[in-house]
Amino acid sequence: MSLSLPAASKAYIQKELKRYETKESALIPALFEAQKVFGLITPDVIDLLAMEMDIPSSRVSEVFNFYTMFNKKPVGKYHIQVCTNISCAMVGAREYMQAVCKTLNVKSDEVTADGKFTVTGVECLGSCGTAPMAQVNDDYHENLAVSDIPKFLEKFK
Amino acid sequence: MEIKLLTEHYDKPEFVTLKGYQKLGGYEALKKAFKMKPEDIVTEVKNSGLRGRGGAGFSTGMKWSFLPKNNEPRFLLCNADEGEPGTFKDRLMMERAPHQLIEGMIISSFAIQSKKSYIYIRGEYMKSYKIVEKALQEAYDAGLLGKNILGSGFDHDMDVYRGAGAYIVGEETALISSLEGKKGQPKLKPPFPAVQGYLRKPTIVNNVETLAAVTWIITHGAAEYKKIGTEKSAGTKVFSVSGNINKPGVYEVALGYPFKDFLQNECGGMKAGFNFKALIPGGSSCPVLNAEEAMKSTLDYESMGQLGSMLGSGGVIIIDDKQCMVDLLNVLMNFYHHESCGQCTPCREGTGWLNKITGSMLSGRAKMEDVALLDKIARHMLGTTICALSDAAAMPVMSFVTKFKEEFEFYAKERKSKVRGEMVYAESHH
Repeated sequence: MSLSLPAASKAYIQKELKRYETKESALIPALFEAQKVFGLITPDVIDLLAMEMDIPSSRVSEVFNFYTMFNKKPVGKYHIQVCTNISCAMVGAREYMQAVCKTLNVKSDEVTADGKFTVTGVECLGSCGTAPMAQVNDDYHENLAVSDIPKFLEKFK
Repeated sequence: MEIKLLTEHYDKPEFVTLKGYQKLGGYEALKKAFKMKPEDIVTEVKNSGLRGRGGAGFSTGMKWSFLPKNNEPRFLLCNADEGEPGTFKDRLMMERAPHQLIEGMIISSFAIQSKKSYIYIRGEYMKSYKIVEKALQEAYDAGLLGKNILGSGFDHDMDVYRGAGAYIVGEETALISSLEGKKGQPKLKPPFPAVQGYLRKPTIVNNVETLAAVTWIITHGAAEYKKIGTEKSAGTKVFSVSGNINKPGVYEVALGYPFKDFLQNECGGMKAGFNFKALIPGGSSCPVLNAEEAMKSTLDYESMGQLGSMLGSGGVIIIDDKQCMVDLLNVLMNFYHHESCGQCTPCREGTGWLNKITGSMLSGRAKMEDVALLDKIARHMLGTTICALSDAAAMPVMSFVTKFKEEFEFYAKERKSKVRGEMVYAESHH
């Protein structure tokens, strides 16, 4: 295994291991940290975290697989996650998502040729009053419109 | 008319900071609470009639009183894993008034004599997380958390935890599993968390809005709170409203407020070109009401219950006449199928079958008898599982196919939407 965590990430994980009543509670924070470093969680990353945290790989893997925010496949530098649940669907979120895919010339979940974007349809993000909306990495972008797509995409360099 | 008990200062940017919050009367309730006996606070909350604002609507004071009467360590968890489609009020409450929540949590912790609490925030709410994290630091720096808070002799630590994307974690036992670093799967009750919860210790899980309301109740008293709302649904409720209306957003009104007025006044009516068709009153898990039922409803637990629906989380979803109900039900079934944790067979298989049928109906491959089959599968999913997700998927199905039967039958027979006059293209992304 050639993967390794940067010192800052190791320190962060060690701190998280002591932060909660049980060290397993540090699994979600550690997986987020690893994802920030490696972009996605591969079996090697799982093993690396298992060693770093002294928690069995099967436990790391179980938590990783349960939650949707951990990437199972590579994603672009900017992960555009469009909510397509009921409130968003009623005001055109699905049409918006199709238009973004068309503009970027990708299908959903694919990475653009330049590695910059992935568009994914996701479940309710709790922004139903400002739909259509999308989460791009950590940030919410609300009240989106098909006519503004080129301008919207320009925000991400 | 809006009655802003909790949301009064939400438009003031300074309310987010400790200084601004204190200037507007913040942390006075805590001082008052420290002069009370813990058990009197529980009684006060019980007398206020406050009911859990996350969806279940169970009496908050009653829930607290289920804790064992001994010195066993206990925990308070704030459920900020807001994920019920159509609901976005907790996000606003954390972003605009983090200290109102923190103060409510310290008071509640004192009432139940808990030395440690967590705010579990859904992973996607990064902005809320950062704001709450900062507010906690401010509270620690000001001696509002930690040892001997404000000289009261009461010690309390509070931390924030970030989820990683799973609707089911909003269920309290699943939230506990998740916080313990496990898969976020619900557990069979009993034992209820109040007896055996986080780390198998007595635990209370309350919603953001519930805990924020505790702050108001302690400041003004149970009697004042009870004056607002109806006899069984006391106080105000913070509603999130979405759909093709003029003013979607978050509004706090007294419980018992007529929906008709709410739609006209707070929501600003339907957007031009759209007519009101149906209402999902409290998040996607609540049975749909047709226009006639909705117009005679009032926004409270009893009225919605009498009409066969629920007030739920207060996620008001307004459905307009341009929407195809077959399409919308398929959207919901995509969701529940995706979010079923897979522990219980009726839910795991049932949500899959429901989703398969709505999907095949949309693409013109369903038969007429599939309309009845949807209803039949849904009925078999009721009350047969560990948690309520199975029911939450079944109830929309039963109400959609009963109240909008002609749309489903039309689609099955004509292979196109009655509303749109064509086949609705739906790509499932799961």
